Amino acid sequence: MAVFISRRLIFLVFVMFGVSFIIFGLQMTFSPERRAMVFVTTPQQSKNIPVLIKKYGFDQPFYKQYFTWLKEVSKGHLGYSLVASDSVWRAFLRYFPITLELTLFASPCIILFGVWLGTKAGQKSNTAVDHFTRIFSIVGWSLPTFLFSLVLLMIFYGYFRIFPPGVLGDELSMLVYGNTSEFIRYTGMFTVDGILNGRLDVTLEALKHLVLPVLTECVVICALLMRVMRSGMLEEMSKDYVITARAKGVDKQTTILKHARRNALIPVITVAGQLVAALMEGAIAVEIIFNRKGIGWWMASSAIQLDMPVLMSMCLFFAIVFVTANLIVDIIYAYIDPRIRLS
Amino acid sequence: MLENHPRLKELRYTLYRIFRNPSAIIGVILLLFFICIAVFAPYIAPPKDLDRPYMMPRAGYTITPQPPNEKNIFGTTEGQYDIFYGIIWGTRTAFRIGLFVITTAVIIGVILGTLAGYFGGKVDEIIMRLVDVVFAIPFLVLAMAIVVSFGRGLDIIMIAIASIAWRSYPRVIRSAILSVREQDFVQAAKTMGVSDIRIMWRHIIPNSIYPVMVIAFMEAGSVVLTAAFMSFLGLGAPKGYSDWGQMVALARNYIVGPADDPLKFWYTIIIPGGAIVLFVLAWALIGDALRDAFDPKIRRK
Repeated sequence: MAVFISRRLIFLVFVMFGVSFIIFGLQMTFSPERRAMVFVTTPQQSKNIPVLIKKYGFDQPFYKQYFTWLKEVSKGHLGYSLVASDSVWRAFLRYFPITLELTLFASPCIILFGVWLGTKAGQKSNTAVDHFTRIFSIVGWSLPTFLFSLVLLMIFYGYFRIFPPGVLGDELSMLVYGNTSEFIRYTGMFTVDGILNGRLDVTLEALKHLVLPVLTECVVICALLMRVMRSGMLEEMSKDYVITARAKGVDKQTTILKHARRNALIPVITVAGQLVAALMEGAIAVEIIFNRKGIGWWMASSAIQLDMPVLMSMCLFFAIVFVTANLIVDIIYAYIDPRIRLS
Repeated sequence: MLENHPRLKELRYTLYRIFRNPSAIIGVILLLFFICIAVFAPYIAPPKDLDRPYMMPRAGYTITPQPPNEKNIFGTTEGQYDIFYGIIWGTRTAFRIGLFVITTAVIIGVILGTLAGYFGGKVDEIIMRLVDVVFAIPFLVLAMAIVVSFGRGLDIIMIAIASIAWRSYPRVIRSAILSVREQDFVQAAKTMGVSDIRIMWRHIIPNSIYPVMVIAFMEAGSVVLTAAFMSFLGLGAPKGYSDWGQMVALARNYIVGPADDPLKFWYTIIIPGGAIVLFVLAWALIGDALRDAFDPKIRRK
């Protein structure tokens, strides 16, 4: 087990190294002036770009520049974001809770719904539930997140006048962002902060604004999970131990829930890393459409305004998230599956 | 003799399995429909400016969209661009994106995967670690970073997506090859002195290409989605170019109509959006049917 984990950790370091190399290679296609912007932290500093080029040695050979860059990045000097008009790191801390909140609400819905429907469909292939699941997963695959968000907004906000876009309504935004003594932003997630400050109206309002984004993420991402769960169930249900269990008189529900489903969950856990990536990608479209100023919104706006340092830093950030998620998955995998743990 | 070639027999059986599946039939019909539109675009919607056929004609200079009428049967979107014309010529744009990206990605991916699987050892290690690294960054994020670093435009979007999309194939083809490589017919060919390239081309690739085809069909649609989203953000073609993603972007300010008729501008978003969904659906339905047809576990039940 220790060998296994340490091997995965070495792998993590290796992948991060590779990712940083790709990102740095992309940056090298720029002129030295544009690259100097990465180290600019205040608007005033952008006047001293020639000085910065000298200081950071952008006229030096590739490998030297790469190590200088790595050193700066590891200190947290990720550059200045034009979109946020703040340093990338501080802006990141400001935007992150909004995305985290969306993800925290969306993932349980996705997991519960996906596993439940996948189990139902895999139990008996070619039933009504199975056909529904198939159609749902193909349509979910074909549905662009941005389009689905727009249509939901058109129906629920435009027609029914409920579930507006944004994070909070105008009045509560003033309260929340304005006077800090009245409302303290402990976590930056307003559903939680509302409770901590004893302002349930803030929590309710925040929840109301979360309904459509969470729904979008669910519909689009459930497709992947359901498909894997369904094929896992189909495979397990045809195995001998299920027949044995049924033959010795175990009732159907117990066979499915205690035997088949547990094994069918193993392939689901392996795609968890992919699910995390899908959630993050979904957040880009969802946040830009619903005007929620989180990381996704920040990235999309940065792409529009050619704010390179942000996109570079986010590539690094997502690589860390993805690799860590996979590491955790591997450990869980080894933990629940004795065949791996004991080998 | 050719009639009874085992590969032909298998192909016939595969086609039979595919067309027994109703979703495949729907998919193929949809795809044929889109192909017809793309091929006959100049006849269905004759361009006014023959030098720039992809630019949508404008029916006036007011900003607000106009509902469907006799002249513009799908109505006009923001800036009076004709929706019908945009849909017809946008089909060509969508095919161009999907086919270019998938062909490039499959060629790169299959070559790398075959090399890794066939030679093993150091070659394998280097290629597969490269795949791991590219897999570590979410598709859309990396694609946006590449597009932004090389400027904007539809061609750059296509190249950026293709330079990431190849990552889905090496793992699949590698594992298929690993199982084929040790089989007797490959060993026999080796003993007879057949060259490596010929073994790969004649024996290994035809026996491991099916999983690649399934993924290629599923991804052909999804790369069009990614490209549409980047066009939607404004990283793609210039304004007025027939591109579905951009048409959705033009509709963005009109999702909520005036208070007395909130769904007044529905056509500006539902029509181009519907085109995107149906296009992706066509590829996905075929891909799904291929998956069932090629799955050895349920193939001959």
